[in-house]
Amino acid sequence: MSVDKTTVAKIAALARIRMGDAELERMVPELNGILDWVDQLGEVDTSGVEPMTAVIPNTLRLRDDVVDADPLTAGGRREAVLANAPVAEHGFFGVPKVIE
Amino acid sequence: MTELTSLGIRAIRDGVARGDFTAREVAEAFNAAVAGASALNAFIVTTPDHALAAADKVDADRAAGRPLGKMAGVPIGMKDLFATKGVQTTAASHILEGFTPEYESTVSQNLWDAGAGMLGKLNLDQFAMGSSNETSYFGNVVSPWRRGDGGNTDLTPGGSSGGSAAAVSARIAPAATGTDTGGSIRQPAALTGIAGIKPTYGRCSRWGVVAFASSLDQAGPMARDVTDCAIMLEAMAGFDPKDSTSLDLPVPAWAASLSGDLAGKKVGIPREYRADGLDPRIDAMWRHGMEWLRDAGAEVVDISLPHTRHALASYYIVAPAEASSNLARYDGVRYGLRDLPEKAGLQDMYAATRAAGFGDEVKRRILIGTYVLSAGFYDAYYNQAQKVRTLIARDFAQAWEDCDVILTPTAPNAAFALGEKLSDPLAMYLNDVFTVPASLAGLPAMSVPAGLDDGGLPLGLQIIGKPFDEQGVLDAGLAIEARAGFTAKPEKWW
Repeated sequence: MSVDKTTVAKIAALARIRMGDAELERMVPELNGILDWVDQLGEVDTSGVEPMTAVIPNTLRLRDDVVDADPLTAGGRREAVLANAPVAEHGFFGVPKVIE
Repeated sequence: MTELTSLGIRAIRDGVARGDFTAREVAEAFNAAVAGASALNAFIVTTPDHALAAADKVDADRAAGRPLGKMAGVPIGMKDLFATKGVQTTAASHILEGFTPEYESTVSQNLWDAGAGMLGKLNLDQFAMGSSNETSYFGNVVSPWRRGDGGNTDLTPGGSSGGSAAAVSARIAPAATGTDTGGSIRQPAALTGIAGIKPTYGRCSRWGVVAFASSLDQAGPMARDVTDCAIMLEAMAGFDPKDSTSLDLPVPAWAASLSGDLAGKKVGIPREYRADGLDPRIDAMWRHGMEWLRDAGAEVVDISLPHTRHALASYYIVAPAEASSNLARYDGVRYGLRDLPEKAGLQDMYAATRAAGFGDEVKRRILIGTYVLSAGFYDAYYNQAQKVRTLIARDFAQAWEDCDVILTPTAPNAAFALGEKLSDPLAMYLNDVFTVPASLAGLPAMSVPAGLDDGGLPLGLQIIGKPFDEQGVLDAGLAIEARAGFTAKPEKWW
């Protein structure tokens, strides 16, 4: 399978990365080079094979059902959460207006 | 007096404990070495005060007769992928430039708790995506090694943990943290003549490590020798409830149990790794490795890992797919860069921020990942890659019926020149051909220095072990180290 410029533009839009014409043109052969190469996986007979979901068998744990059980990942840390925000206003993340 | 910067972890720790020198003297010596090595561009920021404060605490603890940790008095370099409280953490990207975490990663906290201090944050490939340290927003890392031809071509230290590799091999840090997704500890270790181990997936907590491909990312130590790796891995590893994939297992006493006696052990040689076109110098080093392990008492056996040739392709679907999802968080809202063009709405802000904040290789991988996960292609690409990954893991499981560890070269070549492979992403990806399969299967694997090629550059050998058997890997590494007699180090030119 290969991609053309229209497809790359669509992928870039899905990935929320702005790309100009020149960058899209440059990406087309680069992505096709990679995609042509990974197409080899189609040769592998995987009938009856389950896709991997965990490399090392492990069970997912439940944490104790306690509010703020771990102080590091608990609530009540608004200032720390906002400390690196490009724009923080009134205790919230600031973003451009989304409703007219 | 011994030149302190010539010492590794064990020598520093034991010297401080005995009172041969103080932790402060060690920190000062390495701080000075770091300050004098800016030509390598190994560090993004330096933190001499952190190293000194940690050292002073160790000296005070010793004076007061309090017990000292496994890493007491050892100043280390911290790959700039680990969140460090109050110290800029960038993943070598523009989008995280200026990001100053409010918290400390579990692995770095474990190291500070063990008595280590921080010399600075080490440069790397942007978001750990690369094999040559040429994708950093903060410039290339230059290897301290030079070809033995008298020329001054700048060489790659490998990647993505290129700053870590350069710093340790240049003796400006006794050890450094690395992270390994497809070979990012092992390949740079091999290219710079140092040792590095990626433990079993889940040994080291990923909490506070900037995520690249979560099902593959593992932290590990990079140090001068196998013993130092064992000591530092003990300090880094351990169960962490904050990482859902963390292994709830005790940390073994790897360093105390180290033994280079391999009597009764079987070492597998995967015939599929002897690909057509394997560099004869790499092949020769591999054969030396087999001889050394036989000499250590092991039996060398031929094994087969039939799906090896599809490992890289599987990796270059799975890793970008996970990356495209993980890197969705960089949106100009919560942290890092924001690019808000005039009159832009929210969506335009996302797209502009990500266009300005990510480098080319990162964008390429996000696009590939987005494509292979998109409707209509998910089964053909992503699901198929995960099925092939199952087959690769099964190959290893089968091999363990015939051997205890597997020996391979670490990389298909010695260090190449900066710029040499940059124009061809595929050629760069092929540098991970020997390291990626163990990553896909979550296995512990390490690189140890084995010798120099005829150009005077280091080559490494890789040992892959069974799940949870870091001990077997380290023991085989020790056996090679004892016989390779690798003492070469780069001549100082920086």
